[in-house]
Amino acid sequence: MSTIPSPPKDAAFRARCLHIRKEILQMVRFGKRGHIPSAFSVVEILVTLYDHIMRFQAETPDWADRDRFILSKGHGCLAQYALLADKGFFPRDWFKGFCHFEGELGGHPEERTPGVEATTGSLGHGLSIAVGFALAARLQQRSFRNYVVLGDGECGEGSVWEAALAAAKHGLENLVVLVDYNKHMSYGPTSEVCNLDPFAEKWRAFGFAAEDVDMVAEPERLRALLEQSPLQAGRPTALICHTIKGRGLPYMENDLSWHHKSKISEGDIEKMIRDLEAAHA
Amino acid sequence: MRKRGLETVHDLARQFEDVVYVGSDVGQGTLDGFRRDFPDRFFVEGISEAYVIGMAAGLAMNGFIPYVNTIATFLTRRCYEQIAVDLCMNNHPVRLYANGGGLVYAPLGPTHLAVDDLALMRALPNMTVIAPCDADEMERAVRASHDWSGPVYFRVARGGDPIVSKPEHDFAIGKALVFSEPEDLLLITTGVMLQPALIVAERLAELAIGVGVIHVPTLKPLDRQTLMPNLRKARFVMTLEEHSTIGGLGSAIAELMAAGERHPQGVLKALGIPDRFPDRFGRQENLLAYYGLDADAVIRAALGFLKLDVADGRTRRKTGL
Repeated sequence: MSTIPSPPKDAAFRARCLHIRKEILQMVRFGKRGHIPSAFSVVEILVTLYDHIMRFQAETPDWADRDRFILSKGHGCLAQYALLADKGFFPRDWFKGFCHFEGELGGHPEERTPGVEATTGSLGHGLSIAVGFALAARLQQRSFRNYVVLGDGECGEGSVWEAALAAAKHGLENLVVLVDYNKHMSYGPTSEVCNLDPFAEKWRAFGFAAEDVDMVAEPERLRALLEQSPLQAGRPTALICHTIKGRGLPYMENDLSWHHKSKISEGDIEKMIRDLEAAHA
Repeated sequence: MRKRGLETVHDLARQFEDVVYVGSDVGQGTLDGFRRDFPDRFFVEGISEAYVIGMAAGLAMNGFIPYVNTIATFLTRRCYEQIAVDLCMNNHPVRLYANGGGLVYAPLGPTHLAVDDLALMRALPNMTVIAPCDADEMERAVRASHDWSGPVYFRVARGGDPIVSKPEHDFAIGKALVFSEPEDLLLITTGVMLQPALIVAERLAELAIGVGVIHVPTLKPLDRQTLMPNLRKARFVMTLEEHSTIGGLGSAIAELMAAGERHPQGVLKALGIPDRFPDRFGRQENLLAYYGLDADAVIRAALGFLKLDVADGRTRRKTGL
């Protein structure tokens, strides 16, 4: 998969993703650190959800009928913060405090932040909580939908599969799992550290309606699938989103030395922004 | 006690639409009545404790009050992180109903013996920790828990424990109950250790040794207001718990004494289970005796404790020893 698909099918969508990546770097500028590749990896998924799929009211973050979203791979939070600020959940000014002692935004999402439904950062928690959300919607006869983004490395946690069994048992049509399948974890490729393939088949075997989505070649397909979900009556949905860790900066893509960087300088940021724009052009 | 607490959850579900029951794989037929009356709010989720805590958190975050029922060691050790992050970190009102607190499952061996549960739960910010002494008190505690803010851990004893709690004690979460004022010795108990403590008090009274008894059903938050004045009065303080001597009631009282703005004059002896994994089976009574927690052993310990001071010549007359 290449980062420079040609020709772009949806220039506006690509421009939005570029904008969000640049916003991520603005936060890193102030924090001088962060999980940049994990955030870049999930940008297309989050832009699709926040721009096109989810119902929410930024000025009333606890609106009862809002769709629920959990970024279970909490280390990708820079991407979520960028979108939450973009949608008006909190002022963009909060970027300046990223990871600072008196800042509002830390290195993993916390429930106290407007628009963040669950504290994550410790992996393997989000899907269980999302099952609780989906059951709550059913008990309260509310129509809100529940989206949870898992990391691929996160799927090594047994609790993910405990929750998957339960989601299928309860036939949670109002639950959609999106796996950010960038094929890398902190130490190395998931195929080497703990292979997940055949991945979609695993989700199907657990009782989900599962589809693979190539987020480079056909990101618009994710939107179509989400609009159609549930993909099968009586089943939760799993969308295996094939992404690229560090996507957007050719030298960062799939380079694990970037997984979590600190001491990032102003000059580094300026260079990364220029390189993002160059790669996008 | 176990059954009464669960029946009380069923009763709460009749009163409040937000009450939800979540079991893992407890005995067949558990709360069949609840399932019949409120099938939508009755969940049996299988052997998957980490998931169960997250799922209960998800329900609580949407306005429900889930009562999670499973075995104490699996609840506290297996999914400690889920309890810390999903429940405590954001103060979500999930109730953990932990079967087999202490040495209840003696014949089943150390994997099933919850001798560190109070320490684990007490260490978590926002967690309320309750160990009732009998079925009546469990009912009062469960009833009071519906409107309590944040997560709650109930340590559930075997059942059939003699009823010693009294309605006039006016149970409230967070309140220590004074059964008798401290005299020569103050015994502080939690859970079902109140029963042997009352026997000890009675038998030592026959030896003209005055024993005060304070029962602490709520380990956290600790009732500083009731405990501090009594700790100041007492010369000899003994804590009694079916739990490791690390991190439970004895530790909580020691922390309180150490933090007292006016340091109490008394000395503290903590009776409990030593810092090693249980290595015997038998019955709960056998293990309690093995660890020196039956009435006879506590009397011996108390006499030894008081004698220490006799050697100083300070309380010879008072204790009559």
